[in-house]
Amino acid sequence: MFAYVVRRVLATIPVMAIVALFVFSLLYIAPGDPAAVIAGDQATPDDVERIRQSLGLDRPYLVRFGSWVWDILRGDLGVSIFTNLPVATMIKQRIEPTLSLMIVTLCLAVSIAVPMGVVAAWKVGTWIDRMVMGFAVLGFSVPVFVVGYLLAYVFALELDWLPVQGYTAFSQGFVPWIENLILPAVALGSVYIALIARITRATMLEVLQQDYIRTARAKGANQVSILFLHALKNAAVPIVTVIGIGIALLIGGAVVTESVFAIPGLGRLTVDAILRRDYPVIQGVVLLFSFVYVLVNLVIDLLYTLFDPRIRY
Amino acid sequence: MDRRTFLKAGAGVAAIGATGGLSSPALSQGANARTLRFVPQANLANFDPIWGTQYVVRNAAVLVWDTLYGFDERLEPKRQMVEGEEVSQDGKTWTFKLREGLRFHDGEPVRARDVVASINRWMPRDPMGQLLRAINVELSAVDDRTFRWVLSAPFPKMMMALGKNATPMCFIMPERIARTDSFTQINEYVGSGPMRFVRNEWVPGARAVFQKFDQYVPRNEPASWLAGGKRMLVDRVEWVVMPDPATASAALQNGEIDWWENPITDLVPVLRRNRNIMVDIADPLGNIGSFRMNHLHPPFNNVKVRQAVMTALKQEDYMRALVGDDASLWKTLGGFFTPGTPLYTEEGGDMMKAGNLERGRQLLRESGYNNEPVICIVAQDQPITKAFGDVTADLLKRLGMNVDFVATDWGTVGQRRAMKNPPNQGGWSMFHTWHAGADAINPVVYNAVRANGDGAWFGWPNIPAVEAEVPNWLAATSLEQERAAIGRLNRAAVENVVYCPTGFFVGYQAWRRNVSGIVKGPIPFAWGVSKS
Repeated sequence: MFAYVVRRVLATIPVMAIVALFVFSLLYIAPGDPAAVIAGDQATPDDVERIRQSLGLDRPYLVRFGSWVWDILRGDLGVSIFTNLPVATMIKQRIEPTLSLMIVTLCLAVSIAVPMGVVAAWKVGTWIDRMVMGFAVLGFSVPVFVVGYLLAYVFALELDWLPVQGYTAFSQGFVPWIENLILPAVALGSVYIALIARITRATMLEVLQQDYIRTARAKGANQVSILFLHALKNAAVPIVTVIGIGIALLIGGAVVTESVFAIPGLGRLTVDAILRRDYPVIQGVVLLFSFVYVLVNLVIDLLYTLFDPRIRY
Repeated sequence: MDRRTFLKAGAGVAAIGATGGLSSPALSQGANARTLRFVPQANLANFDPIWGTQYVVRNAAVLVWDTLYGFDERLEPKRQMVEGEEVSQDGKTWTFKLREGLRFHDGEPVRARDVVASINRWMPRDPMGQLLRAINVELSAVDDRTFRWVLSAPFPKMMMALGKNATPMCFIMPERIARTDSFTQINEYVGSGPMRFVRNEWVPGARAVFQKFDQYVPRNEPASWLAGGKRMLVDRVEWVVMPDPATASAALQNGEIDWWENPITDLVPVLRRNRNIMVDIADPLGNIGSFRMNHLHPPFNNVKVRQAVMTALKQEDYMRALVGDDASLWKTLGGFFTPGTPLYTEEGGDMMKAGNLERGRQLLRESGYNNEPVICIVAQDQPITKAFGDVTADLLKRLGMNVDFVATDWGTVGQRRAMKNPPNQGGWSMFHTWHAGADAINPVVYNAVRANGDGAWFGWPNIPAVEAEVPNWLAATSLEQERAAIGRLNRAAVENVVYCPTGFFVGYQAWRRNVSGIVKGPIPFAWGVSKS
């Protein structure tokens, strides 16, 4: 197991190297010029050129790439062209809101979607099943920002139960923290709930046909025990896989959700950086996202052993 | 850790959280009333008002850095940090004395040498500063409160240059910071303005915080834009960046923010229906929309083609596309400067208001236009340029031109418009933009109207008849002389179509009713604003 983990961690190095090369090269050939954005609309072409030189953007590709890689190897993600702040500092400022949003969304989605999928499989073909599947289709079809606006209108503007926007750090208390996250998490989680509920239902349907389920029933096990102990446990591997894959979905969805709910997270940081061509920030954030994704896959692989003792690495 | 222990631990953590025992106390109502929560027009991505000349940076900077002079609401420069000035008989030597008691936020007094360093940093980045730099003989500190500026020629617009609100403004910084090259960003934000910048609470893209500077000594006169006493009536100003207008609207209605700088027109009716919200014009000087044509390459290197386009376009179409049918929010222009300001003129400006498609077609035929493609680069991420671009594409097609509509983003427009290559080699034929009306008040500050070839703004018009009037305006000693020079400039600029204005428009601002003291102006002035 330990050797497997070490191997997988080492395998992230070439993955990250390829990501770094791609990100840097794509940004290099992409149109857009941060110097023009910095200089402002009134700037003359000479001003823009001088800023470009001061930022080192006039240097050749290989020199810039080499310098960036060297900095990264020394643990330095660089300095934002615009804010003059270290990229690591900017990521640190933004990571808590995004992480909080993702964790709450994940907890919410799993705690709603898995029982929904289980019940739909149990009551397959009934109105309950159709309702669950209808909700799943709706969750997939309605864009996150539409759900976000509707939730904000009803629960913040009309009922005044929750804030419209913003983020309060966990260190300032659990209640204000969660208050700011409920609406974004529900909005972001709608797609995720739909995805997990569908997979859970499909996997459960397959498992519920197995002989050991019939045996459990024959032994007189109650329905809850059959569904959640015998069936769900054996259906867990594909569900956990989908949850892991869905993390990428969450990262993408966080960009929109953070904009709609004005949450100062990594998603908004990425969008702002892309629009302004803040190369060091884009590169830093994409590298981070890639690393997180690789890490999540590793964690999912390790979680398999928790749900299925037959799996050994 | 086995599976069961792991799951139990997770449940335990959730239970601790659910108790709510980790909550911190809420802010008292008094503290809330002393904090003004403001949604700015854009993200404060950097905070060096000389290095980055975006309006949002300028708007934040006026809280932190003070200026020697400041424009009042009549666009006249008034003394601000300066106590008085003397000009020599020949108009070439200016001696300035600073007010007593001025202090930077680090506690150090503001000295003349700080001012000298600040002016030296500002000059290379500013059009008026560049004119001053060209005639600069010596700028030096005489003593702690006095500095002298010796020029090789008179410069009657000195106070205007040092007090204008167009970016970059001449902000005064401590000498150690102002010595930074003007093309390199500063990383210490110490000013002598009415608010301190709370750097450790700055989250670019999300939040910027300003705290009242208790040692600030306001002037005795009442505040008027950047002039007079800048008295802060709140202790803290929080800028909350909200990229989504619908969210900002909801937050304002819900009382989560107090003041929104630029609500979009579509949301104004919703805000007006809320009895807790006030909506009014933000800046009477508004904005001037435009598109610029590339004077270096076909087809717009031909003045007849440019005239054809200007003759055919209807500014009303652009204004309705952007602002809507409320005609009180926009007007068509017969001149290049901001309507309602002293230098606005429509002399020779009939072509601008023609809106005659048939005449435009005729001019295009006479021009010998050979169906060259018009590379029209349009930023889709800016509502203004997107709306203008759609109208222009339709206009050019109806005019009979071959339009290549390049839908892109503002970052790309910013890069591509600087390229002088022919349009089919990565260059461009036209792009859309807009200028704050507060900037379009004279031909030096408003570089879009300049036509000095390579030194001109993008499009690089080279029209000596326009340029000839700029020194005449600078040398003018009366408003009449100024107006005469600007009238001739306007006529030449229209005849040669330096660029095409698409209309003048104003925007709204909105605030909660418990906030008072908000004024209309080119900058959201926070002094004089209080909250109950």
